[in-house]
Amino acid sequence: MSAPGPYRLKVSADAPPVKFRFDGRVVSGIDGDTVASALLANGFRVVSRSFKFHRPRGIFSAGYEEPNALVQVHSGEYAIACARATQIPLSTGLEVSSEVGWPSLSFDALRAIDLVHSVFAAGFYNKTFIWPSWHIYEPLIRKLAGFGRAPTGPDPDRYESRNAHCDVLVIGGGTAGVAAARTATADGRRVILAEYGDIPGGDGSPLHKLENLRVLPRTAAVAYYDHNLVTLAETFAGRVDARRPRERLWLVRAGRVVLATGAIEQPLVFSNNDRPGIMLAGAALKFLKVHGIATGRQVVVATNNDSAYTVARELRRAGVNVIAIVDSRESPPDELLKEMSALEIAVHKHCMPIDTQGFSALKGVTIATLGAGRDVTNIRKIACDALLVSGGWSPTMHLFAQAGGKLKFSDTSRTFEPAAAHPSIEIVGSAMGTGFGEIGERLSPVGNTARQWVDLRHDVTVADIELAVRENFTAVEHIKRYTTLGMSVDQGKVGQAPGIEVIARTLGRRPSELGHTTFRPPFVPVTLGTMVGRNVGDLYAPYRRSPLYALQASAGAFFEDFGEWQRPAAFPRAGASRRETMTREVKQVRSGVGLYDASPLGKIELIGPDALEFADRFYISNLATLKPERARYSIMLRETGIIFDDGTVVVLGPDRVLLTTTSTGAWRVAQWLEEWRQCEWPELRVVVASVTDQWATVALTGQHARTILKRLKPDCDLSNAVFPHLSFRATRLLGGEARIYRVSFSGELTYEINVPAHKGSALWGSLLEEGRFFGIEPFGVDALLHMRMEKGFIHVGADTDGTTVPDDIGFGRPAAAKQSHYIGKRSLALPENVRPDRLQLIGLEGVGAAALPVGSHLHLRGSSEATDGWITSAGALSTDGKPVAMAMLRAGRRQMDKVVTVHDAGRVVMTARVVAPMFYDPSGARMNA
Amino acid sequence: MLNIPCPYCGPRTETEFTYGGPSHVTRPEFKSTDIEWTHYLYHRENPKGPYCERWLHSFGCGRWFNAMRDTTTHEILKVYLLGETSQIDEGAR
Repeated sequence: MSAPGPYRLKVSADAPPVKFRFDGRVVSGIDGDTVASALLANGFRVVSRSFKFHRPRGIFSAGYEEPNALVQVHSGEYAIACARATQIPLSTGLEVSSEVGWPSLSFDALRAIDLVHSVFAAGFYNKTFIWPSWHIYEPLIRKLAGFGRAPTGPDPDRYESRNAHCDVLVIGGGTAGVAAARTATADGRRVILAEYGDIPGGDGSPLHKLENLRVLPRTAAVAYYDHNLVTLAETFAGRVDARRPRERLWLVRAGRVVLATGAIEQPLVFSNNDRPGIMLAGAALKFLKVHGIATGRQVVVATNNDSAYTVARELRRAGVNVIAIVDSRESPPDELLKEMSALEIAVHKHCMPIDTQGFSALKGVTIATLGAGRDVTNIRKIACDALLVSGGWSPTMHLFAQAGGKLKFSDTSRTFEPAAAHPSIEIVGSAMGTGFGEIGERLSPVGNTARQWVDLRHDVTVADIELAVRENFTAVEHIKRYTTLGMSVDQGKVGQAPGIEVIARTLGRRPSELGHTTFRPPFVPVTLGTMVGRNVGDLYAPYRRSPLYALQASAGAFFEDFGEWQRPAAFPRAGASRRETMTREVKQVRSGVGLYDASPLGKIELIGPDALEFADRFYISNLATLKPERARYSIMLRETGIIFDDGTVVVLGPDRVLLTTTSTGAWRVAQWLEEWRQCEWPELRVVVASVTDQWATVALTGQHARTILKRLKPDCDLSNAVFPHLSFRATRLLGGEARIYRVSFSGELTYEINVPAHKGSALWGSLLEEGRFFGIEPFGVDALLHMRMEKGFIHVGADTDGTTVPDDIGFGRPAAAKQSHYIGKRSLALPENVRPDRLQLIGLEGVGAAALPVGSHLHLRGSSEATDGWITSAGALSTDGKPVAMAMLRAGRRQMDKVVTVHDAGRVVMTARVVAPMFYDPSGARMNA
Repeated sequence: MLNIPCPYCGPRTETEFTYGGPSHVTRPEFKSTDIEWTHYLYHRENPKGPYCERWLHSFGCGRWFNAMRDTTTHEILKVYLLGETSQIDEGAR
């Protein structure tokens, strides 16, 4: 069978061909290929353009560290940007395209940038595009940079996440990792083995038969968090398929972690070391051994260590013409020299590449013999179409460093190695950083440093680092940020060690005297989908819905999120806007009767002999005088004296108190009470029970409320004389228990009727039925909030903020009069909280017909302050349409009848007169009716 | 993410807990000076090393407890109940 691709040496007869598209052209690979190996087999040299200079670039590595071959995979909503061609398994129909290059990859007009590259040195953008504003230039520069294309629609794929626990987590499924996993399972420990690629032996590996071992192939360990929590990103092989998850995030809590993460080969630094055809030597070996591909026809190997000799030997044995080895060391081991001699491969000792030729494909390499200092001699050229480089191997210590392990640059191995053991990590295999022999020079002493690449993807050169040092950057972290060294997709995996050496050489220091930049998660790119898992859309956060939700939905309610609750904002009739609906609903309640769902209102019961004493310590009002069947409105403070929540308190019995809280504050308040009960006052005999969900609450409000409720025959006298405003009855209704409050947020006669949650719908239906004669209608939160604004009732969190104390909203008197202690009392006496110029709640009447915008700032005549306050709630009065507002104003209660200017979005929009915050029924006759 | 050994439930992951600030903070008398009171409200130690804190197992047993954590390594050195004192409190604070 003929091999698909001219660079394929041999292929087993049973490997089925796989066709895919690269930039629209059909390319053939075989099963088991990656996109990178298939492109190499077919002789593709240029697969991308560099980020800044648009230099043609080829495949540089064979693994996750790939800095050059970033491609776009799929299109439309399935698009994946910046995928590494070395990591994409080939599948039929795969669409791959290059990301950088305009109008095309092969003819990139923007490579003109490369011709004037000296202008684009480190810090160029920061220095050049600052006048008048970076934002003017940004869109064009982004286009020039040629990032990948984002998906065009919501991600149609499914992602999952799961938790796992194990005694030992082995990261890396090479020889060392597999051996470690086997050993760890021997005494019954639960082991997880995660390998980024495929496990040797594949799914048929005998490893899979071990009961206490879970093997996760195609799974990257991406982050190491506290207490041995490691996150793994598992990718499912094969085509995109909506029926299966695409990726899965594992959160693994491990007893111990074994790092068998191997090492990453480092490049050599010399002029024009970025040309297509230059590749890491170890990558060439992998392409040969795994995919049967020759990376060139005339190969030169350049190295500073022993490992590349193996590559030369294996290529030669496979029939590839390996012309020469260029070794920067003076005396490579004799046995290697003998072996090369036997294979007729010339070894140039104490030599380095100092330049290369070619543009879109490599044509040759210039080498020189190293001399004293930075001198070189005997400069000569060797024609070749592939240059395989090895600058030594850096142990993959990313997770070790993320775990808090300390690394130190070793001047002998010329790479970062663990400086000390980590209590919960073991390192095995080549990740230990030993066994690479003597490591020679990896930086060319001569050449144009502006053409010597250290970071291929971001086009960071030796000259950029030299410039940074000239401009007085001396810390590694600063040089990284100024030059963007190591900040691209590969995060400096290729070139970290030479980068440190270049910085050290430029600073005139030893690399071991320098630190390293921080290793941050993720170790390799992870899709946002994997991080998010299923927590998107409706599953992002649970909805809380009242027991009346379905009834109200069928009545045409428009729902909105209020905190975690989905509540009806309004009940619009066909064609009506939300605003028109609110106006209609207010009118309905003011002139007749309405009902709304108050179930989300927080309800907390305190049970125990000390319940009232406990409650009293939280509120600014004196609860000791609270009589049975009476409800008291009051306010809760933080210890700082700042208003925290408000609601009513009812004494249900000698050892039972019922509190209500704001709808969104119920959980916070319950937790707050519980904290004080457990941590501060364990001697009080009381328990805190949140009963919000146990009760459905329907508020019946308007002048006909009593008449309608009476028709439901509650087991209590509803007359105003015995059941007045701010009182409470625990009674019976509709054949079951009920709790009825007379409180009012709307300003009208109101009964808040609580029945067990499952009876809420029955209550709602009965009230609508009995109220039909009076034209009863349901109304939403919009209308309720408008009506309370007309009454000047505060809405905690809307009218108050994180600075408001009781006196600011007119509750200074009860707060000061209460003799017994309560939380926040001491703070109310602090100088800041009694300043005479504090913001105080007032009302505003707009001069003219225009609405007062919520959030607009107020200015007092003659004031030199930037702002004198702001509008917190506003609307048009239901009685005469006049624009009114509640506002916080500097020393507001002393500004009555004064005129303030109203500033919205930086402009004066109108003036308003300061009045008391009470626009409707000031005597309270209606709610006391 | 910390793995916190709740004294009632055993080790659980940090997302089940709510942090409650330092333990053993003494509230000054009501008659304290404004300086003393604001120091109590707003000033907290931030030591390097062992630190005693209150944690609530909010998505578990719902109970508060004390934990001593090394702020440099995040190691939980011990957990103990409310009302108990850490043996090495004085060193930690």
